[in-house]
Amino acid sequence: MARITLSNLAHSYFPYPRGEQDFALKTMDHVWDDGGAYALLGSSGCGKTTLLNIISGLRRPSQGRVLFGDTDVTNAPTAERNIAQVFQFPVVYDTMTVRQNLAFPLRNRGMDSAYIKARVDHIARMIGMEATLDRAARGLTADAKQKISLGRGMVREDVNAILFDEPLTVIDPQMKWELRTQLKSLHREFGHTMIYVTHDQTEALTFADKVVVMYDGRVVQMGTPEELFEAPAHTFVGYFIGSPGMNLLDAEVSGREARIGGHRIPLAAAYPQLSGRVQLGIRPEFVTLGTSGGLPVRIRRIEDVGRHRIVRAAFEGTEVNAVLPEGQPFSPDMTHAVFAPHAIGIFADSWRMTPAAALHRSIA
Amino acid sequence: MDKTQNNKAWFLVLPVLVLVAFSAVIPLMTVVNYSVNDTFGDNQFFWAGFEWFEEVLHSERMHAALWRQLLFSAIILAIEVPLGIAVALTMPKRGIWASTCLVLVALPLLIPFNVVGTIWQVFARIDIGLMGATLAALGIDFNIGQSSLDAWIIVVGMDVWHWTSLVVLLSYAGLQSIPEAYYQAGRIDQASRWAVFRYIELPKMKGVLLIAVLLRFMDSFMIYTEPFVVTGGGPGSATTFLSIDLVKMAIGQFDLGPAAAFSIMYFLVILLVSWVFYTVMTNLDKEEEFE
Repeated sequence: MARITLSNLAHSYFPYPRGEQDFALKTMDHVWDDGGAYALLGSSGCGKTTLLNIISGLRRPSQGRVLFGDTDVTNAPTAERNIAQVFQFPVVYDTMTVRQNLAFPLRNRGMDSAYIKARVDHIARMIGMEATLDRAARGLTADAKQKISLGRGMVREDVNAILFDEPLTVIDPQMKWELRTQLKSLHREFGHTMIYVTHDQTEALTFADKVVVMYDGRVVQMGTPEELFEAPAHTFVGYFIGSPGMNLLDAEVSGREARIGGHRIPLAAAYPQLSGRVQLGIRPEFVTLGTSGGLPVRIRRIEDVGRHRIVRAAFEGTEVNAVLPEGQPFSPDMTHAVFAPHAIGIFADSWRMTPAAALHRSIA
Repeated sequence: MDKTQNNKAWFLVLPVLVLVAFSAVIPLMTVVNYSVNDTFGDNQFFWAGFEWFEEVLHSERMHAALWRQLLFSAIILAIEVPLGIAVALTMPKRGIWASTCLVLVALPLLIPFNVVGTIWQVFARIDIGLMGATLAALGIDFNIGQSSLDAWIIVVGMDVWHWTSLVVLLSYAGLQSIPEAYYQAGRIDQASRWAVFRYIELPKMKGVLLIAVLLRFMDSFMIYTEPFVVTGGGPGSATTFLSIDLVKMAIGQFDLGPAAAFSIMYFLVILLVSWVFYTVMTNLDKEEEFE
């Protein structure tokens, strides 16, 4: 097991990239802790699979270095990195039994058979497949096959990290939850560094300690699920995470006040003059509806999702959503959206501004 | 429910029935007729029952032809299948060279059978053939008109040249259908090249290889034109395979009765192999669905 360092890393699929737009992965510097559970979250084509393949050694980055612990593995082939990977579609060796599948990586490394047997039995217990050890792997269900893939990775004691590339895509919904829980407990128990690629926020938020949100080839935020929810660093994080996502409205900000279309919104802190496109962001959970004050909105519809209701409204064509907690009454004359000042985020050119950072930016 | 019973639609099948009758059923019945009768021409038939069948079944000449036939099929399968897989494995997977290779490999398949026969006949001639003349100049005695072994070498070589491409194309298609993730998993598990072939590629090629084996078996079992053009079944009857012998018997010797009986049995064998082929394929599909 090892800490993973990405140093000045970038990747382009063009041999001679002409500028930033040619890079599938923009320059990044990150250190991923040993034993952490990370989720790489982003929409399709944001570069998350490229990053995963660079870590696993299936692809060589066009710039920068990858370090496992203190060893530079940038040019090391996959086999030398001691990583395990679980793919989107189950990969098992069809002609082998479950036992032979699990033993395969050890057999290839020339381990002796007593050790292999002990290790395979141990892993089978971990993934709960002792009963099916001597069955042919080909006839098993998709989730069992994914467990075999995972087991093949964990069977090696020297494994540095286990990578998951959207591993639950082909799994039935009720099994998804079970597998995710099992993964989580395996992580807690054995402490492998795990990197989990997904475009499903539920998967990411329930699996990971740290979620790495990627957008357009860039890591826009790396943080705990709480941080992503409470203080999204980028508007993409705001609307990608959360259901519904963050409300974003074009605003003018001066001091402790934001103005949206002539309406004044009080802020919790003072911001200096901001340049670029300035947006006010607020999560629907912190929007309350009343008969006066705040922003006058037009109510479009109300969705009852069981535990709460979502009020879909609009201000001058821009969507403004509010979450109405269970039991809270609602009447048609409640057409004013009030934003809780402490939950408001101010974004300039899509990036979150803290009052201090904004000060820094205005000076620079 | 008041439903009008009207089965006149069956008459729509009539045209096809007539067509099939003329193209298949009537010719086949003629053969059946010949096989159970003796005739001296003039459409005069004498009932012979299963005599011809018994004669053919006990004929040593037939046994010899059958053994030659089986040996030929076994040899070409033993060469073409491994060779075809090996060639497919070395072909590039994508890019301009992949297409180039595919076209080049497919070329022999496009050449008519008798042309292939002629090419190899000329190729082996000791006076003007590239191979025959070269070997003669080197002082090696190679003559397909005199040596049975030489004739076999040429006939087998010709079949390998003509049909290995089919195995290559099928194997190539099988290889292309393997998702990249399998190879990546193999690399992560540190599988050797042999292990990748044995546990990833070969199992995934199983279906297409089965098709290849059965197609090549059937085709080689029915082979006629190419060896007929190259060796005419000789020297002696060294390369007289079943169909060559059949033609000799029917048209050369005008033994219509035994030839007809032989044809029917030949046909039944082919039918049996087709049935096995069909059964194995459908079972394989079922297994795949089960996955």
